Amino acid sequence: MGKSVSGDEMTPKEADGSVMPENGVTPGDEVIFLAPPWKLMWWKFREHKLAVAGATVVLIMYCIALFAGFIAPYGATQRMRQPLAPPQIPRFISDDGFSFRPFVYGLKGELDRTTFERVYVPDTSVRYPVEFFVRGAPHKFLGLIPTNLRLFGVPGGGTLYLMGTDRLGRDVFSRMVVAAQISLTIGLVGVFLSLVLGIVLGGMSGYFGGAVDNIIQRLIEILRSFPTIPLWMALAAAMPPFWSPVMVYFAITIILSMIGWTGLARVVRGRFLSLREEDFVIAARLSAATEARIIRKHLLPSFTSHIIASITLSIPRMILAETALSFLGVGMRPPAVSWGVMLQDAQNIYSVVMAPWLMLPGIPVVVTVLAFNFLGDGLRDAADPYAGLN
Amino acid sequence: MTAYIVRRLLFIIPTLIVISIISFIIIRLPPGDFLTMYMSTLMEEGAEINHELIEALRRQYGLDRPAYVQYSRWIWGILSRGDFGYSFEWGQPVRALIGERLLLTMVISVGSLLFAWSIALPVGIYSAVKQYSLPDYIFTFLGFIGLATPNFLLAIIFMYIASQYFGTGAGGLFSPEYADAAWSFGKFVDFLKHLIIPLIIVGTSGTASLIRITRANLLDELKKPYVEAATAKGLSKARRVLKYPVRVALNPFVSSIGFVFPQIVSGEIIVSVVLNLPTTGPLLLRALLAQDMYLAGSFVLMLAVMTVFGVLLSDILLAWLDPRIRYD
Repeated sequence: MGKSVSGDEMTPKEADGSVMPENGVTPGDEVIFLAPPWKLMWWKFREHKLAVAGATVVLIMYCIALFAGFIAPYGATQRMRQPLAPPQIPRFISDDGFSFRPFVYGLKGELDRTTFERVYVPDTSVRYPVEFFVRGAPHKFLGLIPTNLRLFGVPGGGTLYLMGTDRLGRDVFSRMVVAAQISLTIGLVGVFLSLVLGIVLGGMSGYFGGAVDNIIQRLIEILRSFPTIPLWMALAAAMPPFWSPVMVYFAITIILSMIGWTGLARVVRGRFLSLREEDFVIAARLSAATEARIIRKHLLPSFTSHIIASITLSIPRMILAETALSFLGVGMRPPAVSWGVMLQDAQNIYSVVMAPWLMLPGIPVVVTVLAFNFLGDGLRDAADPYAGLN
Repeated sequence: MTAYIVRRLLFIIPTLIVISIISFIIIRLPPGDFLTMYMSTLMEEGAEINHELIEALRRQYGLDRPAYVQYSRWIWGILSRGDFGYSFEWGQPVRALIGERLLLTMVISVGSLLFAWSIALPVGIYSAVKQYSLPDYIFTFLGFIGLATPNFLLAIIFMYIASQYFGTGAGGLFSPEYADAAWSFGKFVDFLKHLIIPLIIVGTSGTASLIRITRANLLDELKKPYVEAATAKGLSKARRVLKYPVRVALNPFVSSIGFVFPQIVSGEIIVSVVLNLPTTGPLLLRALLAQDMYLAGSFVLMLAVMTVFGVLLSDILLAWLDPRIRYD
C-alpha cells in the first residue's frame, strides 16, 4: 500500500524530518494535511492505473447496456434467414485499393452437396458500405422513445453480422449488446439486496455482540461451507416454469443474495468492531454525543468507503453466478437474453466446432469481471486514505 | 490441541443438522412433487393417466405425509441404514446411483485442490521474491484471467481445442472400452489420462486466488524486521525466504482451503455438466429439473457434508500449524 506517491509524502516521519523548513511542513504537505478524506481517496485511487482502467471499462460497459437498442444493428430476437452464418468483418482494403469507408461483402449461402450442411461464402461481387446512423428494425431508445435509428448498419439489403448468427439466425453481436442489460444489472440488484441483509445482520452482530453475534456468525459459517452452485441450482430449479422473465430476474437476484450477504456481513461486523475502539469514537462518546450521532457522523463515513469497495468486489461474483446458472438452463430463460443464456448455445461440442463464434459472449463476461476486480482492488486500497500515516 | 479438535467436532453436529434441513427445504420448494411432474409429462405424451395408481404411488412413497414426517424418515433412513431414499425417475435406491459419482466428484475436487497447491505455492513464492519482475507480471496477469474466466467457459474452450487440433474429445472420464468395465490397472491408467483436463479446468480459479494470497502474504512477511536481521546475519537468500517467511505465509494458505474447497466442488459440478463427466453434476441437474427429490436432496446434502469436512480438515491442519489458533 505504501507504494503510492502521495502516501509516502503523507508520512509524518518525512514531515518532521530535519531537512524540512522551520515548521516542518512544506506548502505541498499542507495541501495534503488539509485535504478532506474523499480527496485523499481520489488521489490514492488515481494512482492505481489498473483500477482507473477498470473503472473506465465498467463505465463503457454500462453505457453500452443503456444504449443497447441503439448500438445493436439488429433486434435481439430478430431472425434473419441465415442461421449459423460466420462473422462478417468490415474491411478497408479491396481489389481496387483502400477505401476510408469500411464495407462488407455479401454473404452467399450454399448447400454442401456431400455433407448437406449449409456453408456460407463471401460474395465478393457485391459490396455493402457500413454506414452510421441508419434506419433499421424499430426499437425503443432508452426503453422509452420508439425509433428505428441505429448507430450503424448496412443499408440496401446487405447484412452485417459482426459476430455471426446463431442457430435461429439471430445476430450474435446484437444479442450480446442487448444481453448486457440483464447480465450487468443482475449483479447490481443482487448486491443491493445482499448489502441490505449484510448491513442489517452484520450490524446487529457487531452492535449487540454476545449471543446474537454468535448465532449470526455460526449461520454465516454454515452458509459459507455450502458449495454454492448446487445450492443455487436447487433454488433456481424450484422456480415454476410459467414465471415471466421479470419474475425470474428478481427471483435470481434474491437467490444470489441469499448467500452473497455473508461476505458483506463479515465486513460490516469487522469494521463495526474495530471502529468502536477507535480514539475518535471514544472521544465523541466522552463528549456526550448520542449513539445515533456517533453512528451517523463518525461510524458511517469511515464505513462507506470499505463497503463500496467490497460491494464492487461482489458484483463480478454475482455476474459469474448468473452466467453459470443461465448456462445450465436454470437461470434466465429465453426469450430473455443474458450472456449465460447465449452461452447455452455453445454447450455441446458439435455446435462449438461448427460455429465457434457462439463462444464469443464469454468475452464480455471475462472483461467485465476483470474490470470490476481491478476497480474493486483500487477502491479497497483507496478506502483507507490514512493507511500511509501510521 | 485435543480440546480444540473436540470443540471443532462438536460444532460439526449442529452444522450438519442445519445443512440437512436446508437441503430438505430446498428440494421441497418447487410446487407439486415428482408425481405431478410425471403426470404432466404423461399428459404431454397423450397417455392415459390412472389416478388411482398415482394416488397409490403417492402413499407408497410417503409423499402424502407432512414435510417434517418425510424429513425425519429420510434422515432416520440415512443414519440407521445408510438408506438415502428412492429415486423416482430411475426406479433405484439413491445410494446405488450416487455412490460412485460422489466418489469421482471427490477425487476430482481433491485432485484439483492438490493441483492448485502445487502450482500456487512455487509461483506465489517466486512472484513475491521477484516482485515487479517480468514473470511476476505475467503470472499476475494469467492469475487475473484465471479468476475472471468462468470454468465452464474454460471447459468449452478446452473441448473446442481438443476436437479441433487433436481430433479427440475432452469429455468423459473413461474411454468407451473401459466405461462399463470393472476396475483394472488398464482402466486406472485410462482414468488418470482423462483426469488431467478436468483437474486443470476445475483447479484454475482456485490456483489463481491461491497465488494472489500467497504472494500478498509473503510480501507482507518479507518486509518484517526479522527477515532484515536474517539478511544482516548473512543467511543465504533461499534460507531466509524458505525457513520462516514461507512458513508464516502458509497459514492463510491453509485456512483458505476452507473457502477454496467449496468453490472447487461448485466448479466441478458445472464443468462435469459441460464435459459430460460421470460425476455428480449432470445427474444432479437432471434430478433437480425432474423434482426427483430424494436423489437431488441426497446430492446436495452429501456435497455440503463433503465441504464441511473439508473445512474441518483445514481448521485442524491450521491449528496444528499455528499454535496461536488452538489457544484462542
